Amino acid sequence: MATTAPHTPRGSARGSAPGSSSTPGALTGLVPRLLEICGDDGVLTDLSQRRVYESDGLTYHRSTPGVVVMPTSTEQVAAVVRLCAEHGVPYVPRGAGTGLSAGALPHAEGVLLVTSRMRRIIEIDLDNECAVVEPGVANLDITRAAGPHGYYYAPDPSSQQVCSVGGNVAENSGGAHCLKYGFTVNHVRGLEIVTPAGEVVELGGKAPGAHGYDLIGAFVGSEGTLGVATRITVSLTRSPQKTVTLLSAFTSLDAGGEAVSAIISAGVLPSAIEMMDALAIEAAERAVACDYPEGAAAVLVVELDGPAEEVDAQLERVTALCADAGSFETRAASGAEERALIWKGRKSAFAAVGRISPAYIVQDGVVPRTALGEVLGRIAALSAESGVRVANVFHAGDGNLHPLVLFDDAEPGAGERAEAVSGAILDLCIEHGGSITGEHGVGVDKACKMPRMYDDASLETFDLFRRAFDPAGIANPEKLLPTPRLCGERPGVRTGVHPLVESGEAEQF
Amino acid sequence: MTDLPTEPASGGPAERERLFGDLLNDCVHCGFCLPTCPTNVLWGQEMDSPRGRIHLMGQMHEEDVLTETAVGHFDNCLGCLACVSSCPSGVAYDALIEHTRYRVEEEHERPRGQRALRGAVFSLFPYRNRLRAVRGPLRAYQASGVSSLVRRSGILDRLSPTLATMERIAPPLSAPPPPLPELVPAVGERRARVGMLVGCVQGAFFPEVNTATARVLALEGCEVVIPRSQGCCGALSGHSGRLAESAAFAQRLVEVFEAGQVERIVVNSAGCGSSMKHFDRTLEEAGAGPAWVERARAVSAKVVDLTEYLVALGPRAERHPVPLRVAYHDACHLSHGQGITRQPRELLRQIPGLEVVDLPNKEICCGSAGVYNLFNPRAAGELGDRKGEDVASTGAGVLVSGNPGCSLQIASAMERAGSPVAVTHTAQLLDASLRGLSPEQLFGPSSRG
Repeated sequence: MATTAPHTPRGSARGSAPGSSSTPGALTGLVPRLLEICGDDGVLTDLSQRRVYESDGLTYHRSTPGVVVMPTSTEQVAAVVRLCAEHGVPYVPRGAGTGLSAGALPHAEGVLLVTSRMRRIIEIDLDNECAVVEPGVANLDITRAAGPHGYYYAPDPSSQQVCSVGGNVAENSGGAHCLKYGFTVNHVRGLEIVTPAGEVVELGGKAPGAHGYDLIGAFVGSEGTLGVATRITVSLTRSPQKTVTLLSAFTSLDAGGEAVSAIISAGVLPSAIEMMDALAIEAAERAVACDYPEGAAAVLVVELDGPAEEVDAQLERVTALCADAGSFETRAASGAEERALIWKGRKSAFAAVGRISPAYIVQDGVVPRTALGEVLGRIAALSAESGVRVANVFHAGDGNLHPLVLFDDAEPGAGERAEAVSGAILDLCIEHGGSITGEHGVGVDKACKMPRMYDDASLETFDLFRRAFDPAGIANPEKLLPTPRLCGERPGVRTGVHPLVESGEAEQF
Repeated sequence: MTDLPTEPASGGPAERERLFGDLLNDCVHCGFCLPTCPTNVLWGQEMDSPRGRIHLMGQMHEEDVLTETAVGHFDNCLGCLACVSSCPSGVAYDALIEHTRYRVEEEHERPRGQRALRGAVFSLFPYRNRLRAVRGPLRAYQASGVSSLVRRSGILDRLSPTLATMERIAPPLSAPPPPLPELVPAVGERRARVGMLVGCVQGAFFPEVNTATARVLALEGCEVVIPRSQGCCGALSGHSGRLAESAAFAQRLVEVFEAGQVERIVVNSAGCGSSMKHFDRTLEEAGAGPAWVERARAVSAKVVDLTEYLVALGPRAERHPVPLRVAYHDACHLSHGQGITRQPRELLRQIPGLEVVDLPNKEICCGSAGVYNLFNPRAAGELGDRKGEDVASTGAGVLVSGNPGCSLQIASAMERAGSPVAVTHTAQLLDASLRGLSPEQLFGPSSRG
């Protein structure tokens, strides 16, 4: 469950005990070698510094890494991984630390391999319409570099100004525009990876569509379990001739949902159709004063792009369809600043919920678009029954829901009630033929939910595949696939300190 | 929150700690602050990003320990507040870092060399008269030509990077303009009576900016009150954790401007304005009584940046053409500290013939950051170089900003890089336009945009 609880290392109930002030035993011997590889400023052993890395964007899961390394080149990454392989030490790759499934949760006795200092844009190749970048480059920086040449990088997660391309590859990130343009996997042409054995391997290249087994397809979305991407070649997309962003306001979620169905079935393919409900709008208004129409129970953000004439025709069509579905106000913006203002409300929505609730869980699930209305109704019923508020923000065009389950972490039991609602929402998604994650990934957070979607044979096949790359099981272990240790005792969330941890007899990591 | 304050009076230490904890909890760890944080841009490590520093503050708060390592990362923060602008959750990082710095100053024993340097800086900079006293020797030094010899030799860099920075950023000084009178009458029908802050660095090194500010205000119909008894606003001290010193400066200034009976207090230096807008918070944090906090709040409510004020007032005087191409630099404490980005651009665009261009990476700090460049010369120098490159990329020959520290920092970086630029303040360009001055009269014949 993607909880974005308050950040503080308040106690150690859900993370490793902060008592271990020195580097864990097995790693002590490795430190001098790591220093040789990454340099004095590339290795962190100080406890307070290591603790800063205890979680990614999902603070619910925390664990202090044994040691943190910050390599600056492929050679350094490969040398670190080889060292880990030699000693059977687990490692966890981390980009900008914005992930929402604890995919970069550190290993208490392992190496945290941070790519934040590998952030060079190596090449913008306009003739081949691609860019070659290091994994720590921020998603939006590719667009910034390509923009002046009339190109952009299409996948656009809401955190695009900070999230790293390496992280996007690991999670197969989407974004508002994946309705028309697809996910990260559709834009990666080539990868240089360091395998869990420490070998440097090239997959694909600048030419799109290599034949043979689609190893890029397998690697993208593998959440760091098959290796670390050290150099990424991505397709650049030509900037459209015209882009129009529409904001349409409705008095009910149902009416908004109807408009979505009407638009898609009319054969219009917007680059994005996003929906926000009243609570999400309230949060965004407070955070960024986006000035959405007053009294809206739902707003749709629809973006149309392409040749000017086509966009104009679609704009007319979509405006009429929204009106037919009961929209009481539709605004269209084609200027960059006005468009940005419409998007600002949507893009800030997750973090903005912090303004209306002390803590919240960001859920990520998928339903077939046709089930959207039904599932939203069930979520509203769940919320009413439990008294737990749920704000809805979602990529309506492809049925990717992001319910935000609100709670007050100072209230005893509130977190558990929110967890229950959040889990029930995922059950609803599965029940309606959907999936437990649209774009945030499985990580640690949803690993134990995998058996609800996949049968044993499928999970075993996944495991065989993973072991083909990582027989020793050192690459981001305990992520993505369920393990007895992770899920065995009791599925779901630990709520208190284990008695043995409390008495100091055991350490939890 | 569940913990109860242990003492009823507001502003008590326990209450302050509790509030600090509440403010820390506003952070949801999303990381949206990382890309605009200058130290994250430089080093790419979590501890030198706002999110990481908030985590370190959490460690300090929860466990009541202040490690040498944490202090280093707090000291690395420029306090530019770009993270405040980029935070979707509304985390008050400004209040968090000020309180943290206060704790550092209270509880952390700095090495002797650092203590001496800090003592020296804070006994010079907040005092206009002392700064003015070094003007004379500085002018003689620059005029003698020894200055460029010393610079080329690199001897100061070897002796003390801080001294080298001080030498480099010292502005070229010409003869000072005559001191400002205590009251400048409005030209034409009076529209308002406003107070004006002279500022320490502005007053000592850029008196012509103050002259221009007073003249523009008067030409726009304001009667300008410039109390001679005014001192430092306390911003430099406050941003370095010297809370008591900062509060004492604030109280003094509150008294001075209360006596002036003005509708507004106009400030032309971003760092000062940003600090003066929360005098109440400073006094509350320093433990002043509720009566003082109330008085401070009333004065703070009157504080406006010059550009903010002129846009709200609306133009009355005629603008004459200034045919120039200028790059506008957002001073952090104007854009991030006060949320003022539109107004200066709007004022500049009202000047016929003036072309205004934005800088790439405009949200990133130039490295000046109050006295940061004196304490962390290396990081400040690197940021200055980056900013200089961004300015050079615009091709503009003139750089406009709303803060004296930025102007000094960027001009020195560009001189170092061999692409010198003329710097000016928004007030000076407006003044030139209102008075019909040519660019040559403003900068001398050598600089063209």
